[in-house]
Formats: sequence, structure tokens, C-alpha cells
Amino acid sequence: MPKRKDIKSVLVIGSGPIVIGQACEFDYSGTQACRVLRSEGIRVILINSNPATIMTDPDFADATYVEPITPEVIESIIEKEKPDAILPTLGGQTALNAAMALYERGSLEKYGVELIGANVDAIRAGENRQEFKELVLKAGADVARSKIAHSIEDCLAIATDIGYPMVVRPSFTMGGLGSGFAYNEAELRRIAGAGLQASPTHEVLLEESILGWKEYELELMRDRNDNTVVVCSIENFDPVGVHTGDSITVAPALTLTDREYQNLRDIGIQIIRDVGVDTGGCNIQFAVEPDTGRVIVIEMNPRVSRSSALASKATGFPIAKIAAKLAIGYTLDEIPNDITGVTPASFEPTLDYVVVKAPRFAFEKFPAADPTLTTTMKSVGEAMAIGRTFTQALQKALRSLEKRGTSFHWDDTGESVAELLKAMKVPTEKRIVQVQQALRLGATPEEVFAVTKIDPWFIDQIALINEIAEWFRALPGLDEVSIRRAKKHGFSDLQLASLRKLTEEEFRSLRHSLGIRPIYKTVDTCAGEFPALTPYHYSSYDQETEVIPSDRKKVVILGSGPNRIGQGVEFDYSCVHAAFALRDAGYETIMINCNPETVSTDYDTSDRLYFEPLTLEDVLEVIHAESSSGELLGVLVQLGGQTALGLAEGLQAAGITILGTSPESIELAEERGQFQKILDAASLRAPANGTAINLDQARQIAERIGYPVLVRPSFVLGGRGMEIVYDEPSLVDYFTRIAEHALVDSKHPLLVDRFLDDAIEIDVDALFDGKMLYIGGVMEHIEEAGIHSGDSSCTLPPITLSDSQITRVVEATEKIARGLNVRGLLNVQFALASDVLYVLEANPRASRTVPFVSKALGIALAKAASLVMVGRTIQEIIDAGLLPTTDSAHLPANTPVSVKEAVLPFKRFATKEGRFVDSLLGPEMRSTGEVMGIDTNFPSSFAKSQAAAGSSLPLTGTVFISVADRDKPQIVLPVRRLAQLGYRILATAGTSKMLHRHGIDSETVAKYSQARGGRSIVEMITSGEVDVVVNTPSGADARSDGYEIRAATTAADKPIFTTVAQLSAAIGSFEIIREKKFSVKSLQEHAKFRIKNA
Amino acid sequence: MTKAYLVLEDGSIFDGESFGATGETLGELVFATGMTGYQETITDPSYAGQIVLQTSPHIGIVGMNQRDEESKRIWVAGYVVKEPSRIASNWRAEATLDAELKKAGVIGISDLDTRAVTLRIRNRGAMRAGIFSGSEIDKEAMLLRVKSSAQMSGQFLSDVVSTDQVYRIPPQEGAVGRVAILDLGVKKSTLEHLSERGLEVIVFPANATAKQMLEHKPDGIFYSNGPGDPQASDAQVDVLRELLEIGVPFFGICFGNQLLGRALGFSTYKLAFGHRGINQPVLNTESGRVEVTAHNHGFAVKVDGDEATSPLGFGRVRVSHRGLNDGVVEGLECLDLPAFSVQYHPEAAAGPHDSHYLFDKFLGMIKEKRA
Ligand SMILES: Nc1ncnc2c1ncn2[C@@H]1O[C@H](COP(=O)(O)OP(=O)(O)O)[C@@H](O)[C@H]1O
Ligand SMILES: Nc1ncnc2c1ncn2[C@@H]1O[C@H](COP(=O)(O)OP(=O)(O)O)[C@@H](O)[C@H]1O
Ligand SMILES: [Mg+2]
Ligand SMILES: [Mg+2]
Repeated sequence: MPKRKDIKSVLVIGSGPIVIGQACEFDYSGTQACRVLRSEGIRVILINSNPATIMTDPDFADATYVEPITPEVIESIIEKEKPDAILPTLGGQTALNAAMALYERGSLEKYGVELIGANVDAIRAGENRQEFKELVLKAGADVARSKIAHSIEDCLAIATDIGYPMVVRPSFTMGGLGSGFAYNEAELRRIAGAGLQASPTHEVLLEESILGWKEYELELMRDRNDNTVVVCSIENFDPVGVHTGDSITVAPALTLTDREYQNLRDIGIQIIRDVGVDTGGCNIQFAVEPDTGRVIVIEMNPRVSRSSALASKATGFPIAKIAAKLAIGYTLDEIPNDITGVTPASFEPTLDYVVVKAPRFAFEKFPAADPTLTTTMKSVGEAMAIGRTFTQALQKALRSLEKRGTSFHWDDTGESVAELLKAMKVPTEKRIVQVQQALRLGATPEEVFAVTKIDPWFIDQIALINEIAEWFRALPGLDEVSIRRAKKHGFSDLQLASLRKLTEEEFRSLRHSLGIRPIYKTVDTCAGEFPALTPYHYSSYDQETEVIPSDRKKVVILGSGPNRIGQGVEFDYSCVHAAFALRDAGYETIMINCNPETVSTDYDTSDRLYFEPLTLEDVLEVIHAESSSGELLGVLVQLGGQTALGLAEGLQAAGITILGTSPESIELAEERGQFQKILDAASLRAPANGTAINLDQARQIAERIGYPVLVRPSFVLGGRGMEIVYDEPSLVDYFTRIAEHALVDSKHPLLVDRFLDDAIEIDVDALFDGKMLYIGGVMEHIEEAGIHSGDSSCTLPPITLSDSQITRVVEATEKIARGLNVRGLLNVQFALASDVLYVLEANPRASRTVPFVSKALGIALAKAASLVMVGRTIQEIIDAGLLPTTDSAHLPANTPVSVKEAVLPFKRFATKEGRFVDSLLGPEMRSTGEVMGIDTNFPSSFAKSQAAAGSSLPLTGTVFISVADRDKPQIVLPVRRLAQLGYRILATAGTSKMLHRHGIDSETVAKYSQARGGRSIVEMITSGEVDVVVNTPSGADARSDGYEIRAATTAADKPIFTTVAQLSAAIGSFEIIREKKFSVKSLQEHAKFRIKNA
Repeated sequence: MTKAYLVLEDGSIFDGESFGATGETLGELVFATGMTGYQETITDPSYAGQIVLQTSPHIGIVGMNQRDEESKRIWVAGYVVKEPSRIASNWRAEATLDAELKKAGVIGISDLDTRAVTLRIRNRGAMRAGIFSGSEIDKEAMLLRVKSSAQMSGQFLSDVVSTDQVYRIPPQEGAVGRVAILDLGVKKSTLEHLSERGLEVIVFPANATAKQMLEHKPDGIFYSNGPGDPQASDAQVDVLRELLEIGVPFFGICFGNQLLGRALGFSTYKLAFGHRGINQPVLNTESGRVEVTAHNHGFAVKVDGDEATSPLGFGRVRVSHRGLNDGVVEGLECLDLPAFSVQYHPEAAAGPHDSHYLFDKFLGMIKEKRA
């Protein structure tokens, strides 16, 4: 059946900010969808509040709305744009929920728009556990015994029937938010309580535990002719009990007989039919009992998902792209398979390689959090690796995580087999290495299986890796045969070198001298049955390479690897833009990355894609293969965040050209002493600082420069350990606390900076070509300095900075650009304290804010940067019309105001006692994503940003206020306004007294620690009597009362303000929030302001 | 580790490790792309005389079990695998693959660039090849052996794989009718599909005559899958023509499809490297729906257009199924006779179950005839 004629315009709903469980895989799927729809001549209208995404680039849609994804806003967009249909299946749970909300408000009916991709009934059936259960039974499959509960009382009743342990799962949440195991009544009360909160329908499902079963996923697609294909099967290395998002997973499924696999396939097809996914994809999760083969269906998602992105990258079958085509009426047999060109999409990909995905966690950012892996997803990113065998793919995947301790090693750690076996009972991110170590030290596979239930075949493969390692270590000498053998099992040069007591470089040159290099195979969807047109490669130590030579000038772009806090989709955005810009400029672009969620790893983003770990070894080999098959111009390291930047030095040492800013300059910016010299030379100031190698020195420095000070170890295991210290006792306390995370000694001094109190923080993104500076944007933070630039909200253009102040910022930026001799992008962070401008740091690379700036002002900063790096001057780029003639230093008054707000993951992280971690913001970044609000004035933009982040100030109710002494003066005005607006004000004794003196009435409530018998504020928050909490930290209490208050607020899911600045901004936008109706305007419309001014 | 060599007739030699039995074996080298069901593959009689390469790198993980065997023995002439499993890990496993190969004396080779070999076959077509392990032989000698081995074209292998005497399988429930099967290399799951549907199954040797079969008063005739070149099976084709004259309902699979094609007067030809996988899209030209199907064929029937008339007067014949990858004829349906066949494997062991309906269709024909 050909394309539907009646659909001329489609509204695509994005997935909003990156949060745990919903990351940039939806940027990948959404971007594909937009491209497909447009290429079909359909008018694409897009809504997504996330400015960091590629899909929200004005080029990908006809009308791009960076607006809050709320039913109200979507409705006004529908009203304005009058789309024929809405496509909600590519924006994750956010889009599905939004679609459901629109349906329930009758908006779909009112404006006569149709849902395509999945209909309301399908969404219901897939998401409502009860309906789904019936449907599965109908499909002849089984489900875990379960009952729906709407109250704690229900739960307790059900518990007596199902028995502990039980799984508590809220309906309609994503990434398993609020779900977990209850081993007893106390835990049930706690988890179910949170679950009922988390579920938009206030219902949870209590379910029989099937811990330890084998877990599988199938990715299916179905068209309107009822043709169904299984695109990919995925097997979880970690048995049931660990969320698939947190599990190491393998494609294809390896430990099923055909009879078992076809049974899953039959069940899957029956379910997708009965659920009624008529034109799109779905993901179905199965559990298989290891010793009986009994099958249970865990869940299905009637939309593209994290797993479908993984499946697309693993097979070369672009699920989202094809889902979009099915949605507009095509059938699978009408859609060609891009990779072969000749065969249709109505087939099932077959693999002649193994794919392993490994999750990346960020527990080091939340030291208090319980690292146990459960049914609630906690990982912040993932890496994927492709190998000819499982051992190869697994070892590549582990090193792709770029994190200490994630790869296998053979050094003694002093742990005993008994300790390891005990530790691995509880799944954590360390488990796979614990398994490898235990086996190495003599644990039997049976023992390991007994405690982990990991399939014996996987355990045997890890044992095999150990055997090879020990064999290699014991070899009398190394020759080609032995090195090849080890390499085939995925060992890195580093691992093999340390087994032979050599340095990585020594071993690598030995390997090269023996002519041992990886060759590159192709992902072709068909195991070689048909020729592949797309150069999508992975390395292996096989015989025959498939890299085809080319005569074009090549540029290698290094991606940013797995998402992590501080390095996410923003960097992929810049890499993808470089690929597009350089391709247009006639270069052959070569992308190296290992993150399956991204657009950069889509096979048609660059001319060639290498799905490889971003380690020096793997990158050097790709570069070798490419330069021996054509002319390599150089490598772009500026766009892939610290990951790519970190490789610059090694690449240069290997004689490879780094395009843009030189490794020397990068070093200059990172090495404190040298950077200070540049500042001095430019007569710029940095905060007074010093470096200490022990507590006493730290004390002295602090005395000298004066408290408060900002301290950070120069070398930290995992986290950053960056803190503001207000007094000497806290400094002592800090030293004791960081002891286990960080080293402080002569080699690793502690950096002590004067902490600039209530300073305005300013972020600048600029371009420099050696002569000319081009300001991309000057951003003013709303929170004062002290809150990491990634966690604080900011506004562009600035709202309080004077023109002369901006001029000083611009001049300083230019001096630094010259001093560092930048070629390409530069990001500088300043702090303005009592009108003195301080330089906090300079990063000669693409920053997190590049996409935000580009969206806010409609300039293609990353594209321009990549051209500068290949030698174009900024003037040439301007003349080519790729940049506006005037830069963004001083913007005209009618420039739209854009506000960036961070989104934080505190709700995902509970302590061992089941209480939430502290939600306090600080100098160390913790946010996972961001949203943007854009409008004609600051209050409106700010209001939008808050609505988009889901942290809007409620319109009436009770506000609780407890602020540190230094904030008491500033709090008066905002609180007076709140009182006028009719809020009920609660405050702790000190704050209350101060307010009273200013003539503001407030009720005094007891602090947690002072509530002798009486009810404390914490109980009031927990019982839901408080609607808004304002709590700023004062040194000591940050970890006592303050914590109790903030944790309770997170648990109660109420907005909290931990800075006065945020509160004031929120109050400033109160009227607009009360209006509730935002005026919506697309980026394309906003962009017109430039033309008007030009 | 014993060294082993895979030698192709085009002169390319790949070295790897010996796996299964050691020694020397010759045959036509083909690749199979299924990711599951290696046991069903190697016990499928259609692979007699062929050296099978598995493109899926890990083979043997789930071991071997009686239930999943498609016949009483392993038929492949040789086995090429990237990485054989060291253990069997599945609750259904009863033995390991390596042990079974050794027991059956099947010679295999592992740890070689199987994708490189696959691409070679794809580009140059199926080739004669040999696996050599154990005693060292020089390369020239090995190549000579390969070049002097038999070509698949023109080979008659049915008698090798067929039963030597007639046997009967009772219907699993309520006798609906009786089917006479000409065993050209029939698979266990095919027999099960028929008997599950209440059909009494009587299996005849490949050299059975029409008369012998008709003596048992069958309500339907079935020609099975099997190895070899359809051009070399004149006897079976003549038998089929006799049966078609009488108008007994007929169903054929794979080799059976090729023989129906010939019986109707169409020709068959050898594909460059055949279809061997369980992911092949086939269009049902009547319903317009796509079936994902299991394939294992090196030859195919040639019919011009979507419908033609039998040059031998059996009336109109429709191409009922077509391969979507390359347009190959994947099914025939006589419009003036109760006869149809498919080139692919609806019994699908290994493979997807999308085409089980064909057995019901056959059952329907039989019921109709009896009514
Ligand atoms: N009954 C159960 N017993 C034990 N673990 C379970 C059970 N059901 C699900 N799980 C585990 O919880 C994880 C998340 O469950 P799932 O239904 O997939 O939620 P989500 O919607 O977050 O993906 C699954 O991947 C599985 O490992
Ligand atoms: N001397 C200082 N005074 C006040 N705040 C500071 C100071 N130095 C750093 N900060 C705060 O800490 C945050 C992180 O510091 P920064 O040097 O930018 O580290 P990163 O490399 O993680 O960006 C900054 O965004 C700023 O808010
Ligand atoms: Mg799930
Ligand atoms: Mg910074």
C-alpha cells in the first residue's frame, strides 16, 4: 500500500530533556523521523523543549517549537499549525504521555488531528499493566502473578497473597522510575508509597518475583498489511532483576535453541497484533526460566525505545526511520533496505558478528546513593561494541566506557574468592569484573552461577578470557601467532602490555613491527548475502578488510563516547554538525564513536562510520586504515568533549595532524600555572588561589586568601570532589571525607581557590581563527557562581549586565583566545564580583552550551567552527552566509530571550536506607539534561523553562522558608511578594524572626533536630502540607537539617529552591505562570529578528 | 590444536583449526545465515554432499538434543564454523556439538575468517571445496583433490538420503485422511506437521512407482525436500506426472517444488550461490502479504511472468510465491489441478513459523476431495 495522500503535515513530539531512562536515543529516532517525513514532502512541525538535540535544529523541521511539552502548549501549536496528524511514538514515554493527555482533553477530536504510529488503544494496552496482562494470556503466553493496587492498604492485602519478595511497579512511568523490590512490609510501604506518587494514574502493580531468570528483548515492526518482522533479539547478560537499561546486553540472543527462539517470536507477533501497533515498532521483554524454559512476558513498549536504537545500530536496520515510513502508510515490502539497496525492509536482519552494550553509571556523583542495580534504571549512558566474537565485543565494550576499573585486569587486588563471591551476589556496576576476578582466582563457574545466575556460557567466555591472559603472560616469547590469538579475544594493547610487564607503547610498536593490525568488517544486515553500500565498519583481527579506498580528502571526527553527567548529547550535536558542514565543503567525513544512542553513529550522518572505542589504540588503528586507503587531512578533537580532547596529545605524538587548536594550547589551558601566566600577560584576574599537599598547607592558604574557599583534588577516582568550604572545621571535615575518593599528596595537590561570594557567573562561547574573534553568545547565569555552569540556569542575552561589562567580557575573551592561540571554539567562564571580572576557566573546545547558543540565536556555531579548523577564516564563513555578519556580543533590544534550565536526577538515587540523596546544587555538576524557554522577555522565557523542566512554582499554597544567614537579607523582598500573592508562609525560627522584623507574618515551625515530640517541618513536607520549599545551605547544616528538608521535598516531589536567585526569578515570572497560556513561536519565526535588524 | 585447511576450487586456501572429526572431506561449499538452529541445519538431508559454512560466529552454544534433530543423522559433508562453543548451555541440551560431529565422523574447521569465505562464495558462486586436517598435505595436492571432486549440477542424491523401505506414521488425532510421501530427504518436522493435522503418513523410498503409492489409496501425495539437481530426477518426475493425471491432491516442498515444476513442463536452473537462511522475505502473490521464511535451495524453477500454462497440458499455473530479495519463483499453484508447492520450507525447522498455513491448505484439499 503506497503512502497516504491525506497526510500533508505532521506534528512530531520529542522527548524533552535528557533524563535517566530517556536519553539521546530519542534525538536519534526523532531526527530520523523528521528527515524521512520531510523527504516525503510532508510539512514537519516539531515540539521539543531540549535545545541540545539535533532534531531541534531549524533545518530538520519546517516549524521547530522549543517549548514546554505540556498539553496546553501542544494544543496551542495544533491550533496555530493545524497539522493533519501527530506522531507520538518517537519521543519516548514523554511523547506517548503527552499524546494520551491530548486525547483525554479532547484536543485531538476538537482539532480533528489523528494519532499515527500508535493509536490510543494500543498505547493503553501496552502501558496499562492490567490490560496488558490479559492480552498476554490471550496470546498463549504467561505473565508473573500480579495485582493492581491504588493504595498502601491494597498493597498490604495483596502482599499476603503474592508473598515477599515482590516487585512494585508504577504504571505509566519510564525507566522503571519508582519501582523496586520489597522484601518485607516496611520496604513495601516505602517503595509502593513512592510508586503511587510516581505514577500519573496513581496505580502500582505488585508482582511475583522472577529474579534470576534469563532476560530477552525482541524488537518488532508491523505494517498496515499485518506484515511483521523481528528486527533484532537481545539477550541480557545480567539476569532478570537488573533493569535492561542497566544490564550488559548482547545481540543476537545466543543461548536459545531455535524452538525456544521461534516461540518467543510467535508470542511477540501475537502481542504486537493484539495490542494493535498497526504501523510501527514495539519492544517486548521476556523472561525465560533457565532450567525449564518457562516463558514470561515482562512488558511491551508500543514505540521506539532505547533498545530499538541499540537494535538499529546493532543490525543496520533503521527502526525509527522505517517506523516513520510505516506511519504514513508504506508497507515493509515497499521500503528499500538502505544498506543493500536492492532488498526490501520486510526481512529479518541476520548478524555475522556479536554486539555488546555496556551501561555507564555515575554513582561517584552521588556518594550517598545505594549502588545496587534493581528494577529502576540508574545508568546515565551506554557504550556499544561490535566484534566477530563475544569475547572481542565484550572487551571492546568495557573499554569503551572510559572509566577506571570497568575493564578486566590481572593484577592482584587482595580480594579473596569468598569475598568476591559474596560481593557479586548483589548486582552492581562492578559485578562483571568481580566475576572475572573470582574465576581468575579459582572460583568455579558453578559457584559463580550459583550466586549470579549469569548464563554458564557467558561465564565460560569470561573464563576463556582469563585462560588466554594467563597463557599469554606465561609465554616464553611473543610472536605473530600468539599476539594475533590474544587480539582476537579483544584484549587492548594496554592489557597485553601489562601482562608482559611492558609499556603500552612498547607493546604497540612490537605488534606493529610484526605487521599485526586489525582489519575492518562491515555491518550489512545480511551476513554477507548481499553487497553493502554503506561503509559502516568495526574492527576485528580477521584476515580480509572491507575498507574501500577513496581519493577524497578525509577528515576524522572523534565523537564523545558514552553519555555521562557533564558530557552528553550537546557534544554529539557539535560532532554531527561538523560532519554535515565538512561533507558540504567537499571533504570525506569519518566518524569514530561508540555511543549507540546518538545521531553521530547513524550510518548516514558521515561518509564513513567506525563503531569503535575512543581509546588511543582503537583510534590510531582506524586512522591507519583510513590513511592507507586515501589522503587524511587530519583529526577533529575539539567537538567530542574531554573524551576526544584527551586523545589529542597521543595522536600528535603518533605524528597525526590535529586540526584546529593545537594540543600544546589545550595543555596550556588545563595546566594552572601556565594558564595563570597567560592571564597575567593579559592583565586578567583569576580568583586568589594556591595548591596544598596536606591539611596544614590547605589551612594556611585558606587563611591567606580567606574563607570561603573552593577546594578540589587535582586527581580524583571517579567524582570530582569539588566543594565550597566556609570555615576551618569544614575544611578538616572535607579532608576526612574525601580521603577514600581522592588522593592528596605532592603528586596530586589539592587546589584551593578563593570562593567568590555572590558573584555573577558568565559563560562565553566564541570562535577564533587566529585573527578574528566571533562571539557566539554571552550567557549570564541566574544562580550566583558556586553552582556548576551545567547545573545553573542561564539567560541569553544577559539581563543584568551593562554594555560596558559585556565589552570587558568580550575583550577578556579575545585576549585569552590570542593567549591560547585558539583555532576554532573557545568557552570561557567568568565571575563578576563587585564589578571585578575574574576568569574561572577556559576550555578550548566545543562546550555544553554550543547547541543552546545556536538555537537561541539561530547561528550554526559548530558548523562554522569545523570550517575554521580546516583553515577557513571567519570572514570567509561570514561571506559564504554561514554566519550572521555581526557577532552576538551586543545584541539588539528586540532579540528573543532564551533561558536554559538544568534537569536533575535526584529522584533516581536513594540511599541504602531508601531515603533520597541530597538535592543541593554545588560546584560539581549533577544534571543529566537541560531545557530551553524562548520568548520575547525574560519572565516569559523563564516561566517556559520552568514549565519545561517540570519545576514551576505552584500558583497558591504553603511556602516553607529556611535560609542561611548570608541569604537572609536577600530573601525579604521575594517573601514579601509571596505573602502579597497570598501564599501561606512557614519558616524556621531564625528566618521567621527576621521576616517578622520586616513586617512579614510567618508561622514558625520546628527544625527536624529541634522537634522535641512536636511535628517537625520534615513531617509536614512528607505529609504533603507544604507546596514549595526554599532552603539555601549554610555550611554545617548542609549535611544535617538542610538535608532532611531537601530529601523529604524530593520524596514528596515538590518544587525546591536552593538559591534565592532562582526563587526571585520564579516570582518574577509568576504572572505569566498564572496566565498558563504561553504564546508559542517557532525558531524559524524567532530567527526573523536578525533579518529585521540586518 | 590441530591445523585444518579449507580449500576452494578457485584456489583460495584458508587455514584454521580442526573441529569435529579430522581427515579429509569434499563437497559443494555453501553458506547458511541462520542465527539459530544449527542442529536442525546439519541434520537436514537437503545438505547431503555439501560443506556448510555458518555465518553466525558462535555455534554449539545450546548443544544437541533428540527433539530437534530433523533426521536420524548429520548429513553435512563438512562443517565450517568461526567459533565453536566449549560448553553446551541450555536446559534442553543432551550432548555437545563437537562430540556429535566426532561421533558422526563429520570433519569441520574453525577459527578462520568465515566472512571472507562467505563473500568469496557470494561473488564467485557456490564452489567445490575441501576440508583437510590431521596429516599435512601440500597445497597443490589439496587443490587437485578439490578440482577432481564431483560437481553438484547433474547429481542424483535422493537414493542416498531416502528411506529404504516403506513405513507408516499414525495420525496424531482423529484420522482425517492418508498421505503418501515420496521421501527425497524428508525432514522430521514435515512429517510431524502432517500427522499433527490428523493425517496418516506413509513414507515411500525415492524409487517408488505411482502404482506402489496408489495401492495404499492415498488422499494426497507429498514430495519432500532433498539434495541434488532436479534435472537428474526424471523417474520421480514421471511418477508425479502420472499422479497429476489422476488428480490426487499434491503438495511439494523445495525439491518437491522443483519436481512439480518439471512435471508441469517448466525448466529448473542453478542459482549462483542459492538461498540458505531463515530470514528470507517471500511475497504471497495472492494475499499480497509477506512471509519471513526458511530457505535452503541451490536450484529454482523458471516460469515467465506471474501466470503461465503448462507446456505439457496440465492447465494454468500461477506463481503463488516470489522471493522479494531477488524475484526468484518460490511457489507454484496449479489452477486447474489440486496441486501446489513451495520452494522454501514452511515446516521451518529451523526458522519462522509464518508459513504453517500451507499444511492447512493441503489438509483442506484432502478434506474437500474426501467430501
Ligand atoms: N517480576 C519480576 N521479578 C523480578 N524482576 C523483574 C520482574 N519484572 C521486571 N523485572 C526486572 O525489572 C526490569 C524493569 O522492568 P520493566 O517492566 O522492563 O520496566 P521498564 O518499564 O522500566 O522497562 C526488567 O528489565 C527486569 O529485569
Ligand atoms: N573561585 C570560584 N568562586 C566561585 N565559584 C567558583 C569558583 N571557581 C569555580 N566556581 C564554580 O564552580 C563551577 C565549576 O568550576 P569549573 O572550573 O568550571 O569546573 P568544570 O571544569 O567542571 O567546569 C563553576 O561553574 C563555578 O560556578
Ligand atoms: Mg523495560
Ligand atoms: Mg566550567
